[in-house]
Amino acid sequence: MLSNVIASQIEFHKKYGGIVPEVASRKHAEVINLVIQEALDKSKTTFKNIDAVAVTQGPGLIGSLLVGVCAAKSISYAMKIPLIAVNHLEGHMFANFLSSPLSFPSPSLMERGVPSQSRDGVRFPFISLIVSGGHTMIVKADKEYEILGQTRDDAAGEAFDKVARFLNLGFPGGPVIDQLAKQGNPHAIEFKRPMLEKEFGYDFSFSGIKTAVVNYVMRNTKNVTRDELRMTNYEDIVASFQQAVVDVLVEKTIRAAKAHKIKNICLAGGVSANSLLRKQFTEHGKKEKLNVFIPSIEYTTDNAAMIACAAYQKFLKKDFSDSLLRPSQRLKL
Amino acid sequence: MKSIVLKSPQETLNLGEKIGFILKPNDILLLTGELGAGKTTFVQGIAKGLNVKDFVTSPSYSLINEYEGTYHLFHIDLYRLETLSQIEELGITEYFLKDGVTIIEWAEKMENLLPKNGIRIKIEYAGENKRKIWLPLEFQALIK
Repeated sequence: MLSNVIASQIEFHKKYGGIVPEVASRKHAEVINLVIQEALDKSKTTFKNIDAVAVTQGPGLIGSLLVGVCAAKSISYAMKIPLIAVNHLEGHMFANFLSSPLSFPSPSLMERGVPSQSRDGVRFPFISLIVSGGHTMIVKADKEYEILGQTRDDAAGEAFDKVARFLNLGFPGGPVIDQLAKQGNPHAIEFKRPMLEKEFGYDFSFSGIKTAVVNYVMRNTKNVTRDELRMTNYEDIVASFQQAVVDVLVEKTIRAAKAHKIKNICLAGGVSANSLLRKQFTEHGKKEKLNVFIPSIEYTTDNAAMIACAAYQKFLKKDFSDSLLRPSQRLKL
Repeated sequence: MKSIVLKSPQETLNLGEKIGFILKPNDILLLTGELGAGKTTFVQGIAKGLNVKDFVTSPSYSLINEYEGTYHLFHIDLYRLETLSQIEELGITEYFLKDGVTIIEWAEKMENLLPKNGIRIKIEYAGENKRKIWLPLEFQALIK
């Protein structure tokens, strides 16, 4: 990995100024060339040395996806190099391979019986828990991807964000809650663990738990003000909320691994930066004698390195796209 | 506007379903209400009334979710959007012209861009599991 430039990173801000909200496609168009040039400069290389260009095809916001796809097509056309389309969610799963470069997976080599993995790297097949602001799903990755379960309402990251906003804790909600929860008692309030019953399979629901937090706060501010409640037990509220969410995420992933007799589990997506989730995913997984993989913190947020990593296996298989490639807002795995 | 109290998420869902059943293409519902008020639950009910088979998930991150039922259903959520220009850039007003039912959560964020024929519905917290919902005239027959 030579460079991994993210426009919303502080380092990039300092140099070029301005923030780039994911929702602002015009901003994407303004900065994309700066990002590409910065990536080349950091790698001490030029377009001439690039073998292929990869881009996120979806899922995501169409305006932002379009900017990336257009840029990638232009590079592919101008430099006469292959264009590779990557699913954003597949990219998140491949962030796990970036943490262990020696174990780089290559399904095409595996098919030919060439062992391409070291002993400590992620191996196919695996069960992946993908958790972010927009997604919460359990995926079985073998010869192909199979979604075993997903959220029926809010994504886990969205619940973190909304609870933080409701409690006026600041932004971004995930890291704020993660930090504050460390000072609280995770068992102070027993929020109901949603959809753990077998009948729901591997599906999730996090809208109800957000409402449970709202109800709890409303109930306890009848005789005291919000500020007084804040002084006494906001830490306990967020710690208990976080514990409930993490319990469900980890429990269902392990259940899926056992039911499908798969020994490898890996964490993916923005919420995989959450310290309790990382800890519990690892500890519970190991207790069940599973091989546990979690991405390095730097690759948990959306980034280009993970897209390149997922693209590499497609490159080996010569799985290329052409100039007709179109971004897709709701691209399926 | 007239309000009634819904005593459980199930009642919110049921009312949504009744409303979904009588909606027509080009109807635009504008939903307002705080976090946890039950906007998504209400929309899930509407989707059921519109015979949508998919799970209706929150569009807070995706901003716009589309479903197929009796009619197209466009479920829009402005929660994450900060400025009017971001809303304009997303082309949300184009959905008003599409042949389907459009529901907008956090509609108050685009007050100046809202269509005149928008149907306003407000949901409020009214106690544990209780919600007060404000409905316009055309839906009041449903809540006798």
